[in-house]
Amino acid sequence: MSYELIGITVLWIFLYGYLIVASIDFGAGFFSYYSHATGKRHLIQNMIDRYLNPVWEVTNVFLVFFFVGIIGFFPDTAYYYGTALLVPGSIAIILLAIRGSYYAFGTYGEKQNRIYTFLYGASGLLIPASLSTVLTISEGGFVIEKEGKVVFLFRELFTSPYSWAVVLLALVSVLYISAMFLTYYAAKAQDHGALNVVRSYALGWSPPTILCSLLVFFAIRNHNPQHYQAMLDLSWMFVVSFLCFLAAFYLVWKRTGYGWAFIFVMLQFAFAFFGYGASHLPYILYPYITLYQNFTSEAMALSLIIAFIAGLCLLIPSLALIMRLFLFNTSYVQGHAPKKKG
Amino acid sequence: MSYDPVLYSRMLTELTLGFHIIFATIGVGVPVMVALAEWTGIKRNDPYYLLLARRWTRGFVITVAVGVVTGTAIGLQLSLLWPSFMRIAGQAIALPLFLETFAFFFEAIFLGIYLYTWDRFKKKWTHFLLLIPVVLGSSASAFFITTVNAFMNTPQGFKLQDGVITDLQPIAAMFNPATPTKVAHVLVSAYMTCAFILAAIAAASLLKNRVQLYHRKALKLTMTAALVFSVTTILVGDLSGKFLAKYQPEKLAAAEWHFETAGKAPLVIGGILTADNEIKYGLKIPFALSILAHANPNAEVQGLNETPIDERPPLLVHYIFDLMVTIGILLPLLSLLYFWMARKYQNRHYPRWIVRLIVWSGPLAVLGIESGWVYAEVGRQPWILRGYMKTAEGATTSTHVDLMLVLFCLLYLVIGLTVIKVLGKIFRGNDLQEELLAKGIEGGKAK
Repeated sequence: MSYELIGITVLWIFLYGYLIVASIDFGAGFFSYYSHATGKRHLIQNMIDRYLNPVWEVTNVFLVFFFVGIIGFFPDTAYYYGTALLVPGSIAIILLAIRGSYYAFGTYGEKQNRIYTFLYGASGLLIPASLSTVLTISEGGFVIEKEGKVVFLFRELFTSPYSWAVVLLALVSVLYISAMFLTYYAAKAQDHGALNVVRSYALGWSPPTILCSLLVFFAIRNHNPQHYQAMLDLSWMFVVSFLCFLAAFYLVWKRTGYGWAFIFVMLQFAFAFFGYGASHLPYILYPYITLYQNFTSEAMALSLIIAFIAGLCLLIPSLALIMRLFLFNTSYVQGHAPKKKG
Repeated sequence: MSYDPVLYSRMLTELTLGFHIIFATIGVGVPVMVALAEWTGIKRNDPYYLLLARRWTRGFVITVAVGVVTGTAIGLQLSLLWPSFMRIAGQAIALPLFLETFAFFFEAIFLGIYLYTWDRFKKKWTHFLLLIPVVLGSSASAFFITTVNAFMNTPQGFKLQDGVITDLQPIAAMFNPATPTKVAHVLVSAYMTCAFILAAIAAASLLKNRVQLYHRKALKLTMTAALVFSVTTILVGDLSGKFLAKYQPEKLAAAEWHFETAGKAPLVIGGILTADNEIKYGLKIPFALSILAHANPNAEVQGLNETPIDERPPLLVHYIFDLMVTIGILLPLLSLLYFWMARKYQNRHYPRWIVRLIVWSGPLAVLGIESGWVYAEVGRQPWILRGYMKTAEGATTSTHVDLMLVLFCLLYLVIGLTVIKVLGKIFRGNDLQEELLAKGIEGGKAK
């Protein structure tokens, strides 16, 4: 495998990781607020808190990792995306900042503060929309280079059916992934009240997810026919993705194998996401940045890959530890372990 | 003011960094202090120190959250506001940037575990051990990110021809001449600042006549750490001065308004500069600049006149440098004074004036950190990559930077005010007296 391919694969895996953990996180925040507003807070709040408390900071790192990594491997992305994304990027930063800090204020500071819960829940729903702009503009047509300057075409972005389809998909899949995970977590905690609530969310958000995926598929055909063709060549991946969706839906419907259902959800998104990514290549920003012409120097690529492997040796055991202590520790999940904090 | 993306980009970067640095410093220093408290507590089997560690951590989480979000903000803003610079930086110093996220990852994982396992392990030491990766992670991320800043001051390990980088050596770029002094200064000054901040909290509580014994113990621990770290900060600061004289003489010369290259150079404190670069009303300390620059009172120090006019830093940095140095000298003196007083008033109330001074030491230390960074950053103007790229060439050409500046001002204002409110509530809400009683530490009577 060439350095270029290793680089983009690493980054894509991290973006996928972010997609999953951030969706759970964003969705949980929204459901937390929603349950607050609809008077079901007492049913699901404890469960959500037990999951989110120890991991919220880790979620953020996936994102930082991705954007630092892509600048390292493909420095030209900083130039094009950086110039183009000033406004959507800044909005995403502001939303992330509001969300992260008000989560902490609400959790460790003043519990049950209505405004904090609202800021935290609402911002989480807007972040996926603003972050998905990056994927949208990577398809080309929204950034042009004129007289040596990068110009971002706002109007095109706002009036493009493709960009709205992506925003819609981002929103819906966040709620879907999150509800699916919370269903699994509630089942593990043997918290039947919470399970009923989140299971209905999971089933409810399933059909819209598939509808929106189809919408994006067709929107790409009009927007970037070349990419659409490449996606058709990899169509088996999208078919497998759909089958995984059906399996997940079936399991939750039948009220069995919630763990497997969530694994199928992860596979569903893995196939779709990697299928989308692979068919996007060799372009990183169509048509300005490609995998091969804009890659970093060999010395830097090598040192980044070494650093990455060394980093993983440190991270994987640590992640395993946190999972053993919290996510997969039955007594913690069920709330029997001493629930103490600082 | 007409729209100038370079000016607004600079202002927005200053704003974000200025805000972030407060929380970043706390993020680096407080874990060390918590570790000291918990270690002392376990070692001496003294529940007061354990409670101290616990209560500090409770507030620390809030500041970590803000540190994380503002850190993410500056990370993204670098590319959004300085795309041309990051194109170069991405090739030359991606390695430390990348490693920094690993360190941060490591810290995030173990901080999460540490927070939720206070009473989960049978042995107290197990919980303490979890703090080691937190300390390592936070200090390592400060280390890596500071090497990036050091690289901007003394770039090396690459060749730049017509905007194309060749002959790249990632390790050499990371361990550039500025790295040792910068990293050391950043780390010890962060430890020092946190020691003073926590001392200030203890002092403020003593003033209100709250549980005396607990806060006196807190004060003793924090002031001991503060003394050690502040003396180290001065020593490293001296080395930084010698580094500047060798590698960035124009930065040092601008700080001291030293125009003519000359030996036996005096250090100037305060004063004003006339139109023809004469210094008035300043306090001159003979030979001090030569000693600072070369450890020799007669040594020649390069003056600002050697630097072309369009490559000189703004002369205003003089005041900022003075501010940093003054604070850096006053604070260790204050901690010495405290120890003298603590001996004198062993079992009595400390005099209120010394406790009041300690309350001020926390904000002063933060001001010192801010002024130190402003000096370091403004002092290398007009360069973004000294010798390679001017700041104006690195900035974005985007419109709307001014609007973003307004938005971020509002954001930091709101977050900043909420932090103050929440932290205040945390410490007032969990009454110390009750907590001491609940833990069976004392009968609850204040001495």
